[in-house]
Amino acid sequence: MKLDKFWIACIAILILGFVFTKNADNEFYFFTTYVILQGLVMAVAWNILGGFTGYVNFGAAGFFAVGVYTSVALNKAFGLPLPVILAVAGIIGGLLGLGAGYLTLRLKGVYFAIATLATALVIETIVNNWKYVGGAAGTYVLQPKQSFIFDNYIELLFMLMLVLSVAAVAISRYLSSSRVGKGLAAIRDDEVAAECMGVPTLRLKLISTTAMGVLMSIAGAPFPFFVTFVDPVSAFALLIAVNAIAMPMIGGTAYWYGPVIGALILGVVQETATVTISSELNLLIVGVLLVLFITMAPQGIVGVYHDWRKKRDAK
Amino acid sequence: MSERILEVTGLTKRFGGFVALDKVSLHLDEGERLGLIGPNGSGKTTMINCISGALINDEGRVQFKGADITGLKAHKRAQLGIARSFQVPKPFGSMTVLENLCIPLEFAARGRTDPGAVEDQAMEILKMIGFEDRARENSAGLTQVDMRKLELARALAAKPALLVSDEAMAGLSASEVDDILEILFKLNATGVAVIMIEHIMRAVMRYSQRIIVLDAGQKIAEGTPDEVIHDPQVERAYLGE
Amino acid sequence: MFTFDLLINAVAAGLMLGGFYAAVAIGLSITFGQLDIVNIAHPTFVILGSFVAFVINESFGIDPVLIGVVFMPIFYFLGMGLYQIYYVSFEKTGQESLSGLAFFFGLMFILEVLMILAFGVDYRLVSAAYIGETLHIGPLDLPLRMLIPAVAATLMTIAVVLYMSKTFMGKAIMAVSQDRLALQLMGADPIRVKRIALGIAIATAALAGALLIIIQPVEPSVGRLYIGRIFAIVVLGGMGSISGTFFAAILIGVVESFIATFYGPSWAPAVGFGILLLTLAIRPQGLFGRA
Repeated sequence: MKLDKFWIACIAILILGFVFTKNADNEFYFFTTYVILQGLVMAVAWNILGGFTGYVNFGAAGFFAVGVYTSVALNKAFGLPLPVILAVAGIIGGLLGLGAGYLTLRLKGVYFAIATLATALVIETIVNNWKYVGGAAGTYVLQPKQSFIFDNYIELLFMLMLVLSVAAVAISRYLSSSRVGKGLAAIRDDEVAAECMGVPTLRLKLISTTAMGVLMSIAGAPFPFFVTFVDPVSAFALLIAVNAIAMPMIGGTAYWYGPVIGALILGVVQETATVTISSELNLLIVGVLLVLFITMAPQGIVGVYHDWRKKRDAK
Repeated sequence: MSERILEVTGLTKRFGGFVALDKVSLHLDEGERLGLIGPNGSGKTTMINCISGALINDEGRVQFKGADITGLKAHKRAQLGIARSFQVPKPFGSMTVLENLCIPLEFAARGRTDPGAVEDQAMEILKMIGFEDRARENSAGLTQVDMRKLELARALAAKPALLVSDEAMAGLSASEVDDILEILFKLNATGVAVIMIEHIMRAVMRYSQRIIVLDAGQKIAEGTPDEVIHDPQVERAYLGE
Repeated sequence: MFTFDLLINAVAAGLMLGGFYAAVAIGLSITFGQLDIVNIAHPTFVILGSFVAFVINESFGIDPVLIGVVFMPIFYFLGMGLYQIYYVSFEKTGQESLSGLAFFFGLMFILEVLMILAFGVDYRLVSAAYIGETLHIGPLDLPLRMLIPAVAATLMTIAVVLYMSKTFMGKAIMAVSQDRLALQLMGADPIRVKRIALGIAIATAALAGALLIIIQPVEPSVGRLYIGRIFAIVVLGGMGSISGTFFAAILIGVVESFIATFYGPSWAPAVGFGILLLTLAIRPQGLFGRA
């Protein structure tokens, strides 16, 4: 019973996370895991479109920032509670994803990728000129005083991101192993043939882009409370977009667990490098790893493992 | 008397100023084998694109089993029972041969397939065309002739009432052509109507019960293979003035 | 305030800016338009050209335009090497679409970080006698730091157009993606043709980078702003038409200059991307492309 195992693992991870918040005092751990998990959600979301469906999104940072600034604006205007902010951010991100989905009607392959990049930069320019949320100069965001059942707000944010990660992985796993996933794979391999074999290509692509948009935007929504100072440079950071691509590519894009493996490995390497060496060198590591994997092992770690097992079985 | 399965009336398709098809009508009865021939650029491929829904015609009507499907998208038409194979094979390259067949079984033929028996049915189709030993092979690594067979097997897995075969034999050797023809005959014997587009005259003549000739977007001849081949207009179209 | 002086100066500034944009876009026009290689790292190579100009100008005081021209052969070999990697890793195995894209994305990132490591994130500039000078013609102000790059860029465009239309290799490059048969008949090896083409494309980045740092101070991530802009130009120019690229560059330059003059410079970056999105959505074959 593979299904049961998966859900048991999910629940176990959530319980472990909660126990962790009750027993660890060093906030550093929560900061670090939050960043890694945020990368994981972004990577899993990217892979739903990029890995399963075959459309490259270079504008991941744009989707993320839409969540960030929805959150900033709603918090400033109405002081809404976090769950409401998350929901609204999800809806707006989903609508943006839906728009990207309709874009695939006219734009294939490279053109789609460039259009996503362009969209992200248009959004960035708008935010740069939107004084209400701080414009180019940025803005401070206060963490709410009460932190529910947690000792402090960072623990709450950590737990939130953990729940989001589990949800993202569950959605991605469902999409890849269900009939929808088979349809998406057919689209990735050959969209024209898929349509002629009865696959409702537009509908499936819309599901794919919308799921990606919702997840990326929700991943961005808690960010203002996490960093407490937001400006376009941090919200639209190139590293966010690069990680969203690098993590699935390194882990392996064909399976739902590929981006999870990639995100955990790359996330840990990055956090270690940032602390022990320097943050620029950390960026360099990501770039070099990405290029190395794309050129040497395009199927990622999962692909390398599968090949190795095939060879071993053949002996 | 068998029933009309496809009725195309006054079909026109333009690309910019270029008229690819000019008020062409054709029809097909259940279980019939129709050959569609004509020189390059005569509109054959445009015609089958309009029938399968890859393109939407500008004027005219396409009816399938008595229902008007003119504006319908390709995947809807596939679900209704129109399948096609591609001239340049388009396998789902990341999947095995068997998985390739599961896609149409789970999408185009969804309402007509027992969800628990998808793989078994895919295997049956492969057995029918003598392709079962390739079931677990990756489809991207197949030879040309095997790719063509996969194209037909996959189209068959959509459980169609009408199959449009687009130059399934171009570039194959004589014995390979016979292989493919045999598959197409078997397929037709199960009750599927077939429109065959082909340049290899020997194959079209042998296979078709009726042939339609297109030239420059217009239907210039229609009849039995024997009638068509002796038509002076057809000779002109093929050999030039 | 809208005045006639403001208007003609905005047009003039736009023309000069557009001329310079052509220098940045022309390399991409070759790679993307002719070779189907989506080199989104192209602007980063331009920035590399800027920093080469900066380092040599600072140490030896040599004129930046001259540095750009001198370094073109070195960038040419860089581009040839890059094609070799791309060919072996992606084109040969037929994985150029998704992996190739991500490859250049990663390359862009690596180059940018390397430049940050080497030069930091401060803005750098070059010095030359003409940089502060301005040519006055009636109400028209033509700053030489704009005019000289525009002229140099135009000359480079003309040189590339001549090369592509007059020489054997140029014709082969123009045929390499559209017309394989013609290429075969010409007896040209497509791999070699593409290698040379990417070499030329990257070579143009050497000069474009030197011109950029004359116009404005440069830091490593400036290149990113050019991605949307030059893709807009290349797509608008009809993919691979060098003269189309030039006119599209002028168009974008003028529109940006208008936006900057009348709405404020912070909106200017969105112009390229906005036009790009509109073009892609409405007329993917570009303004000057075949219908």
